[in-house]
Parts: sequence; structure tokens; C-alpha cells
Amino acid sequence: MLKYNTKSNRIFDTVVIMLLLFMGLLCLIPLMHVLALSFSDKNAVLAGKVGIFPVDFTLASYKYIMKEGRFFQAFGVSVKRVVLGVGINMAMTILMAYPLSLEKREFPSRDKYMWFVVAGMLLGGSIVPWYFVIKSTGLIDSIWALVIPGAVPVYNVILLMNFFRNEPKAVKEAALIDGVGQLQMMTRICIPLAKPAIATVALFSIVTHWNSFFDGMLLMNTPAKVPLQTYIQSLMINTADISKLTSDQLVLQMSQKTFNAGKIVISTVPILVIYPFMQKYFVTGITLGSVKE
Amino acid sequence: MEKREKREKRDFRTLPYHLMLLPGVVILTVYTIIPFLGNVIAFQNFQPILGFMKSEWVGLDNFKYMFQLPDAFLIFRNTLVIAIGKIVGNLLIAIFFAILLNEAPGVRFKKGVQTICYLPHFLSWVILATIFRNIFDGSGLLNQLLIQLGILKEGIVFLGSNKWFGPIIIGSDVWKEFGYNAIIFIAALAGINQELYEAAVMDGAGRLQRIWHITLPSIKPTIILVMTLNIANIMNAGFDQVYNLYSPIVYRTGDIIDTYVYRVSFQDAQYSLATAVGVMKSVISFLLIIVSNKLAEKFANYRIF
Repeated sequence: MLKYNTKSNRIFDTVVIMLLLFMGLLCLIPLMHVLALSFSDKNAVLAGKVGIFPVDFTLASYKYIMKEGRFFQAFGVSVKRVVLGVGINMAMTILMAYPLSLEKREFPSRDKYMWFVVAGMLLGGSIVPWYFVIKSTGLIDSIWALVIPGAVPVYNVILLMNFFRNEPKAVKEAALIDGVGQLQMMTRICIPLAKPAIATVALFSIVTHWNSFFDGMLLMNTPAKVPLQTYIQSLMINTADISKLTSDQLVLQMSQKTFNAGKIVISTVPILVIYPFMQKYFVTGITLGSVKE
Repeated sequence: MEKREKREKRDFRTLPYHLMLLPGVVILTVYTIIPFLGNVIAFQNFQPILGFMKSEWVGLDNFKYMFQLPDAFLIFRNTLVIAIGKIVGNLLIAIFFAILLNEAPGVRFKKGVQTICYLPHFLSWVILATIFRNIFDGSGLLNQLLIQLGILKEGIVFLGSNKWFGPIIIGSDVWKEFGYNAIIFIAALAGINQELYEAAVMDGAGRLQRIWHITLPSIKPTIILVMTLNIANIMNAGFDQVYNLYSPIVYRTGDIIDTYVYRVSFQDAQYSLATAVGVMKSVISFLLIIVSNKLAEKFANYRIF
């Protein structure tokens, strides 16, 4: 067995633990900093006194955010897009992945569809034609602009297809002998067996929808219809050119800093809520995508 | 006669599958394939009022113009430098992190570190850029720290400096992704036969020697796989990140193809020029994907479908 109590081993372990702690802290500090800013008094922030713990603890920025309608309007748009977007993403992923997972003798056109899907993954328009196609389909400024163009997550389709393909053949054969029909095979056997993969894909889809800002910026013109990340991004643009501000404006900017920090913290909460579930599944998801029999 | 009957029966049986695929095929056609065909505006003088079909054809003029622009060289160079920096940095730090976890004692401690280090991957660049703008600000956290330690006399506006912008983009991307990128190596490390280590201990190998002679060779196939698959990303320097951190002062070192294409199309309305640059990028990316998949198949026995 491995000898563990020698002195050199203990030193080695200590170095390893120190390095890991350092990396963990490095990941944590920026997040703690923004949390600290959001709970600190704006004068302390202005004086540059806030590190990773709040200074002169206050809930002022959260009270301010509660009164500000725009933030929660944007939050609502994001919730709506997640619900619609993930629902449609999942329906499309399952509906496409299952037929594609069939053998050629069960579904002769399978290979043709597969080529099409691969083309959909490799090809793609540059941003200008993409924008004008969406415009000409009348989606601009509608919530569907954030949902429909990305309704088919091709990579997830392939991931789930691979999962269906690796399901044990014996189970399917047994079901066939029991007289299960072709659609029941899908709904009763294959989909329930694929639950971990489906959960993985759904969680990825939630995060993608919650985090994307670009489509909101390009496709939404009315401020009230903009999703949360796009809204937060627009706050940042306003504060970008600090060198040109007068000192009064600078003070205003600095007090904005605590409000913005609060907004960031609130918009991260949903990710933190699903994070434990994610952690359970994303490891499977990654190994699914890369390791195959 | 009999054969035809059989085929009809089979077609009837596969009808549900065609119907299941139909909505997805329609959406992919409209929002992926048609925009792909719409890339023809790179060869046109595109006017939105006239559309893809009626705009004037100009042949390769947009491409010729592109190559005369001094920006063209800059954005391709910046894209390559940033993307390759990210790929190398992420690979090295992820392997380093995975090996540290493999060597560390204490299951709960390791789980805790993993939980923290995977988290940034799931946060958006909008959020993280806002945080980093605070930290790298002239009076931000980093400058305060450096001044207190006596390393600096006065604050540097890191994101406004052409010297620092590239390293910050690469560094903050590695910061965000290293934990997540380590997962595949952690999985590979878990599969190493423990008897190898025991035999090495018998032979008197130290910890570092075991890492060098057993751990690293064992995950070599995974390392090669990740390297080859990353070749496909050489043209992707990360729009979301750069867009949310850059400013005109750092265009010289920070402007990448994707941000340039966005600005030229939606701020300057030079749609055809922007698309020509985008098409140039797509063609190179496409070739890189083919190359990377071929290499992955050859060296790591890997196929995505």
C-alpha cells in the first residue's frame, strides 16, 4: 500500500492543499467583492475601502433596486424567455434526437436527416444575414425572437442522440417481445432511460437562455422588452467612459456602483439555485459528449 | 407488387419520425441554412431595402477592399493571439488543477474546491465583465492591493492599456473556465489503474516521479483529444467577453473579428464588408473543424457522430 506518513509526503500534501486553496480563493474573491460592494455604504465604496467584506453594512442598494421598475421588468422578460425557450429547446431536442438515434433499417431516411443536422451545426450565416432573416420573419421586438431562432440546439440533439444509441439493446428487445409499439418504445422505454441526459441538456439550456445578452441587444428595440443580461449590459455601457466625466458625475457613478453590484447579485441568484442540480448532472453531460464506447 | 406493398407499409411506419423531425428541420432551414445562403451579400453591395435577391453584385470587391484595410490584419492577428493564448492557458491550468485534485487528501475538501472552481463557468460575461471592470479599474481592488503592497505608486487603468488588455482577456477567460475544463481530465484520472501507483511506490518512486511517469502518460490520450478539438476554436476569441470589456482605446490589441464585424455592420451599416470579413472567418473555421476532427479521429480515435 501507499506509505502516507512519511515527512516528504506530508509536505507534498500541504503544498497541494495550499495551491488548491489559492485557486479556490482566486475564483471566489471577485464574486465576494461584488457581494461586498452591494452591501456596503456608497461612501466606503467611493473611498475604495471595500475589499471582500462589506464596509458599513447597509441594505440601501437592495431597497433602491426594489423600487426600480426596470430591473424587475427585465428580470420578468428573462424568466419568460427561459420558460418558453427551454420548453421549446427540449421538445425539439427530444423530437429530433430520437428518430436520429434509430438504426437505418428502422428508419431508412435517418442518414439524410443526419447530414442535414450536421450541416446545420457546421454552417451558419454571418451576423448580417442572420439578423435580416429574423427581421423578415417578423420576430424583431417580440419575445419569440429570443426563442425561435435558437430553438434547435444542434449540439444537444447530437448529445442526446448518442445517449439514446448507447441505451442497452436488451431492454428494447425485451420490450418488443412484450408487444410495445414504436411510439411507446420512445415514450415508455427510451425517454425514461435517458433521464440523466435530458436533465443535463435542460440545465444547460436554462443557463444559456438566462445568460445570453446579445440577441436581446440586437433584436429588441423597446426597453421594456429587453432581458436581464441585456439590461445589465446597458448599465455598463453608460459607465464606460469614466475619463470624460465631471467630478459630480463621478460621485454619481460611484454610488451607481453599489446599485449595479446589487443587481448583479440578484441576477446571479437563479444560477446559484440550480447550481447544485447542475453539479449533479454536468459531469455526466461532459463525459457523454466526449467519451463514447 | 409485393415489394411495393412492403415499402408502403414501411413508409407508413416511418411517417411519425418524419413528422417529429419536421419542425426542427424547418427552423434549421429558416434560421441557419437561409442565413448561410445569405452570406452571398459578401459578393454584393447589399442594401436592406433591396434584400438578398436584388442587391447589386460586385464580385470580389468587398474582399479586395478588406485586404487593403489596415484593420483587417490587426483583427486577424488579435483574434489568433487571444484565442491561442486562451487555448494554451486553459489546457495547462486545467491539467494542473486536475492533477492537484488527484493528489490532494480529503474528499470533502476536494468537493468544496471543485464546487467553487466550476461556478464561474456558469456566470455570464455580462456579469463577470461588470465585476472585472470594478476590479481592474484605476481605483479598483487590484490597484488598491498593488499600491498597499508597494508594487505600484499609482493605479493603472488596466482595461485601458494596450499592454494589459490581451493578458487580462486571456487570464480572465482561464479564470472562468479552468475548473470546468478540468472535468474531462478529472474523469480520465479516475480511470487510472491504482496498481500502477502501488508498483511505482515499491520501486521507490516519489510523488513527483509518479505524476511524471504514471499520471501524465495515462491522461495523454485525453490531452491530445482536447488539443485537437480546440484547433476548431482558433478563430473564436470570445465575442461576449471582449465586447463587454473593451473600449476604443484598446482596439489596437483587443479588437477581434467578431467585435469588428458587429461594429462595422450595426454601427457603420457597411453590411457587405462586414459579411465579407465574417465569411472569411467562417471558411477558415470550417477548414479548422475538418482538420481538428480528422486529427481527433486519427490520434484519439474520436468521432462526434
